[in-house]
Amino acid sequence: MTYTSLMLTLIFVFIPLILSKTLKLGLEKDTLIATVRSIIQLLAVGYVLTFVFESQSFLYIFLMVALMIVAATLNARKKGKAIKGITWKIALTLIVVELVTQGILLGFGIIPATAQYIIPISGMLIGNSMVLSILFLNRFDSEIEASREQIELILSLGGTPKQAVHNQLIQAIRASMIPTIESQKTIGLVQLPGMMSGQIIGGADPIVAVQFQLLIIFALLTTAALSSSLVGFLSYPALFNERMQMIKQNWNKR
Amino acid sequence: MTQTNQTAIYFENVCYEIDGISILNNITGSFYKGKITTLVGPSGAGKSTLLKMCNNLHSPTSGEILIGSLPIESIEPSTLRKKVGIALQNAPIMKGTVFENIALPYTLQQKKLSEKEAISCLENVGLNPDFLYRSAEDLSGGQKQKVSIARSLLNQPEILLLDEITSALDPTSAKEIEELILKINQQHEVTIIWITHNIEQAKRVGDYTWVLINGQLAESGNSTILTESKNQRIQQFTKGVKEQ
Ligand SMILES: Nc1ncnc2c1ncn2[C@@H]1O[C@H](COP(=O)(O)OP(=O)(O)O)[C@@H](O)[C@H]1O
Ligand SMILES: [Mg+2]
Repeated sequence: MTYTSLMLTLIFVFIPLILSKTLKLGLEKDTLIATVRSIIQLLAVGYVLTFVFESQSFLYIFLMVALMIVAATLNARKKGKAIKGITWKIALTLIVVELVTQGILLGFGIIPATAQYIIPISGMLIGNSMVLSILFLNRFDSEIEASREQIELILSLGGTPKQAVHNQLIQAIRASMIPTIESQKTIGLVQLPGMMSGQIIGGADPIVAVQFQLLIIFALLTTAALSSSLVGFLSYPALFNERMQMIKQNWNKR
Repeated sequence: MTQTNQTAIYFENVCYEIDGISILNNITGSFYKGKITTLVGPSGAGKSTLLKMCNNLHSPTSGEILIGSLPIESIEPSTLRKKVGIALQNAPIMKGTVFENIALPYTLQQKKLSEKEAISCLENVGLNPDFLYRSAEDLSGGQKQKVSIARSLLNQPEILLLDEITSALDPTSAKEIEELILKINQQHEVTIIWITHNIEQAKRVGDYTWVLINGQLAESGNSTILTESKNQRIQQFTKGVKEQ
């Protein structure tokens, strides 16, 4: 694509701007900010990636992945502020997801150990793991809120904290995994997955594109299962103290 | 009060706060072994909070609670909670059958409750054994309350805490449950602490009473104080309840 054609794609930005203005949607400022941010962020990433790909140094690959994990952690932890130690719990989850998935991909020689493969795949999996953690935390919080009485009941009968939240934990893990599984059932029928479309437009053989897409969606299943169960099992103990009491939350502060 | 009364639970200067807001203020007093003590007071007075302190679902912010002669924190929480059972306000029910609900205390200990034992639990609380495999969530308020009591009794508690177990019930079910509790108290000498907002019930069933108003123990003693107390706040409260 030439820079002139890239400039012309800005027409797609003008259409919503004009609509927003005429319909008084009040979205002009946000649209502009979003446009400018995406240009700057993506160009920056482009230059960084060029640099990393050319150097092919594992130190840079490592740094890029570490940066992704930090950014994803900071984003996801906002949802679990009430849980003590949530930052390191999410960070640990993302690290385990990255190690397990790359361990399998590289260990079995499924992908070559080069930046071109490791970085984009890590990005997709870490990003998904982050979304899954947020989904899980939201769901877990509402499950707990809806069943405070049942949880207290189990504690009052001499049950342990783990027994007390077991149902809520399993429900929340299930619920956060289901969208990943469901979306794979219809994949390719309505819309082509973004990565696959990108490769095809870039000139790749559709079958090769499909192979990589399959690699990604299978890895996403592992990511989903690992992220929600890890965040779940790491975070539930923080809801209780050492006397097996639910940590008191002030209603008025919720 | 006779000299022979043994203390089952002792509160000493117990205070409880949530985020610096005082919920219970300097509570001192005894609950006696084998007796029924009612806990009365306006809604929001802190009755449920105080009750949950007796089985360590809440801990005092300051002060001390003794179970027998042991500080409550020295007893492992699960052990304590099996010894001090509670029927929670609203009788929370788990998804599943009546059988599963009644067997819950055993399930938590990886023990099996036989069908025969379950039926005898139901009969003990006056529930028809036909209910055993019904969905517990579909029971009436009174039946749920009976399931909740049967479930608490499975651990064979020495002390039973009851939180407004008849408040939501029709008079007939309320009467049945009242008699059931009196029977449990007499047959097994279970110590009972019973929250009720029904003053007549408190007089009927209680050996002793604690009147809790605004987080403070306004007065405690023989149930007769509910009629005879000179305390203005108590007179106001008992009068108010009658007029409702
Ligand atoms: N988690 C909480 N956050 C804020 N206030 C609470 C919380 N739990 C209880 N309270 C307050 O503590 C007081 C006592 O509550 P409770 O023990 O349930 O009273 P009672 O059983 O006598 O009606 C009430 O004023 C209630 O609003
Ligand atoms: Mg209450």
